[in-house]
Amino acid sequence: MMERRNRPPRFHIERRASLPWYLSLAIRLLSILAAFAVCAVLTMVITGVKPAEFLSTIIYGSFGTPRKMWITAQNVAVLLCISLAVTPSFLMKFWNEGADGQILMGCLASSACMIKLSDRLPNWLLIVVMLAASVLAGTIWGVIPAFFKAQFNTNETLFTLMLNYIATQIVAYFIVRWEVPKGSGQIGIINQSSELGWFPQLFGSKYILSILTAALMTVFIYSYIKFSKHGYELTVVGESTRTARYIGIDVKRVIVRTMALSGGLAGLVGFLLVSGINHTLTTTITGGQGFTAVMVSWLAQFNPIAMIATSFLIIFLERGAIEISSAFTLNQSFSSIQTGIILFFLIGSEFFVSYRIRRSANTESGKEQE
Amino acid sequence: MSEKTIAVKMRDVSKSFGSVMANDKVWLDIYRGEILALLGENGSGKTTLMNILSGIYTPDEGHIYINDREVTIRSPKEAFEYGIGMIHQHYKLVEVLTAAENIILGVKQPGKLDISSVCERTRKLCEEYGFELDPMQKVYDMSVSQKQTVEILKALYRGADILILDEPTAVLTPQETEKLFAILRNMRDSGKAVVIITHKMNEVEELSDRVAILRQGQFVGDMPTNMTNAQEMTNMLVGHPVSLSIDRPDPVDPKPRIEVKGLTVRNEDGVIKLDDVSFTAYSGEILGIAGISGSGQKELLESIAGLQPTESGSVTYIEDDGSREELIGKDPLTISNLGVTLSFVPEDRLGMGLVGNMDISANMMLRSFRSGRSAFLNRKDPRRLAEKVVEDLEVVTPGIGTPVRKLSGGNIQKILVGREISSSPKVLLTAYAVRGLDTNSSYTIYDLINKQKQNGVAVIYVGEDLDVLLELSDRILVLCDGKVSGIVDGRHAEKNRIGMMMTKLGGEE
Repeated sequence: MMERRNRPPRFHIERRASLPWYLSLAIRLLSILAAFAVCAVLTMVITGVKPAEFLSTIIYGSFGTPRKMWITAQNVAVLLCISLAVTPSFLMKFWNEGADGQILMGCLASSACMIKLSDRLPNWLLIVVMLAASVLAGTIWGVIPAFFKAQFNTNETLFTLMLNYIATQIVAYFIVRWEVPKGSGQIGIINQSSELGWFPQLFGSKYILSILTAALMTVFIYSYIKFSKHGYELTVVGESTRTARYIGIDVKRVIVRTMALSGGLAGLVGFLLVSGINHTLTTTITGGQGFTAVMVSWLAQFNPIAMIATSFLIIFLERGAIEISSAFTLNQSFSSIQTGIILFFLIGSEFFVSYRIRRSANTESGKEQE
Repeated sequence: MSEKTIAVKMRDVSKSFGSVMANDKVWLDIYRGEILALLGENGSGKTTLMNILSGIYTPDEGHIYINDREVTIRSPKEAFEYGIGMIHQHYKLVEVLTAAENIILGVKQPGKLDISSVCERTRKLCEEYGFELDPMQKVYDMSVSQKQTVEILKALYRGADILILDEPTAVLTPQETEKLFAILRNMRDSGKAVVIITHKMNEVEELSDRVAILRQGQFVGDMPTNMTNAQEMTNMLVGHPVSLSIDRPDPVDPKPRIEVKGLTVRNEDGVIKLDDVSFTAYSGEILGIAGISGSGQKELLESIAGLQPTESGSVTYIEDDGSREELIGKDPLTISNLGVTLSFVPEDRLGMGLVGNMDISANMMLRSFRSGRSAFLNRKDPRRLAEKVVEDLEVVTPGIGTPVRKLSGGNIQKILVGREISSSPKVLLTAYAVRGLDTNSSYTIYDLINKQKQNGVAVIYVGEDLDVLLELSDRILVLCDGKVSGIVDGRHAEKNRIGMMMTKLGGEE
């Protein structure tokens, strides 16, 4: 018994003092590479596909053709926009899981204007009204949970999550009201022949709009967080509401204001989806990206610039995995498995960023005594 | 003295956290039948060393011998098997259980749990060493000192004969401290080894047989207590000679500045925390507030600062020209917009006064970020202020871009105090301004507070160390259970009398 005890532990887990940015970046990149290796081996074991082929298929998924590249860029842009929208609320430690619902309400507002107002307003005014209505709808959907949080300290995670379902059902109701043709249960492309309410193509490409929006939004959110008084206030509230009260910040107002911003930007994404990209309304138009955005924002540690990289990574994985599944006729679950493996590695790598494992100095002397 | 046997020998024990060497090849001997005072400034590694001994940390290198046998202690449980018990600064008790239940918690014994026999053994231990405790009392009903008793009994029940106490007197009244010391002496006389971690010189002199000193993670030396004195120990502790007296300049042109009348406050649970409190604080004077912790000090300061909802009463701010402003019912922003410059150094530095994850310069901005009409922040002025505070107060930091939480306690406090006095306040509220600070930093803070007083600031100083309160304050207000137990003159008050007033209204037996 005592002999066993006298052997000192071989390894220590130790908190790192601090890591230069390039080393922590290297750790994260290494983890992604390791994850790809595991995925490649797994695919080989299951399907017999060679690792090189596996890798090239993934890359082909995102960059195979010019069209694929444009779609990748657009998907990255949309996901980035949503991630930027949720970021202010997360910095405030307001766990906003309701981006999906806020976007949906924005989509609903845009579609409503397109359907009800396109014969009454000139096209440019229609688009402006659609934009304003979407932002307003998203804002309202964001402010509701914020108000209850500020006044009654309700749990914002559950609240925003539940509001998503309500938004879905409201949209489902209007889809049935507005269905075209009758009985189809869907709306179809709105104003397909007149293209009223469709955002005009910029520079002759339908993909530029979302990319430009994402770029502007990145600059806006970055400066809002870093340089504005509002951004400073919401960070202080996020770090400690007691400190905020101590220096005279009106915590309730900041919560509502920040969620109005988050919700409003999500509503703007709704406008982007309806007027710029899809030209229709479905209950699944967001594709759950409101949740993916949570991950994108976290992985980037709420840094808007880093979010460009993390949203690209997620989209790259997604499209690569889909390509693999279809190229080797695997089902969709296989792509989910791969995405899961890669995220597992990526999140796991955070441990090695904060800690290191060191061999105990005592081990040598301990061995001598045995 | 000569027949003392050695209980613990620590040799070349090192432990580092990242790049910080908390312990650097430390040697320490602990004898049975002796009380050892482990003395050191903050960050000198005394708690780390004792945490190694009690199995919380594993050392990077070094050897530990217990009863002359080398051991590796991997967990507090193993430490208990070697007879080592540590009483931490923050008690680890289950509030809803009784004393006896807390004592037996985690002890493996065969057969059914027989709580009455636990009580019986607990009572015997109490008798043996002179504790006063009802084993069936629930912990949430207990005073701080009773909780401490439970912690000590927990260790003794498990058969500890090497007892380590981390700053045991920090939360006790003078009377309770006396009782504790008597008990520790009993333990020593029965052959146990006792270690107390402290930085109060008078306690070292009063209680200990031997003193060991650590400085910056290194062992400086040890000696019998009766062969040394406070001045010599302090010099060894700090590394250079220091003066141990606190200045008390005479008040400058005192005028009423803050008038508190009939202030009554209930906390969220409806419990009365302040009961009809009235007093006046004068400009150019330090008003000390004494009391057992939790007697309403926090609520008092927060009521004045506009952070605490009050039930009744008034807090009036009086300008130099005699104009009056009522502060109750106003939030901190409204108060400062009225032109009342009120600075507040709260007890909870990182949870309230500062934002730990932000850097020094961003923390300077907390008070001033609203200035100017631009929607964007002015970062230049706070940066300049940060540089000035770091330089003037000799803050040790890699730079003003360092997150505040990474600094040591003393440096954190310097930043907080530096920011609060930078606005040239009329009123300065401080809560436990030197708690956890080492000798050097404490004296820096006393100096800063004295300077404010000489500038005509009304200082309200909530403290826990009565010796310091008596040396620093012009007047001392003693709180007892939310009521004013009395206001005494700081120059003529007696420590024991204040101790009595803290536990009983008016201090009468």
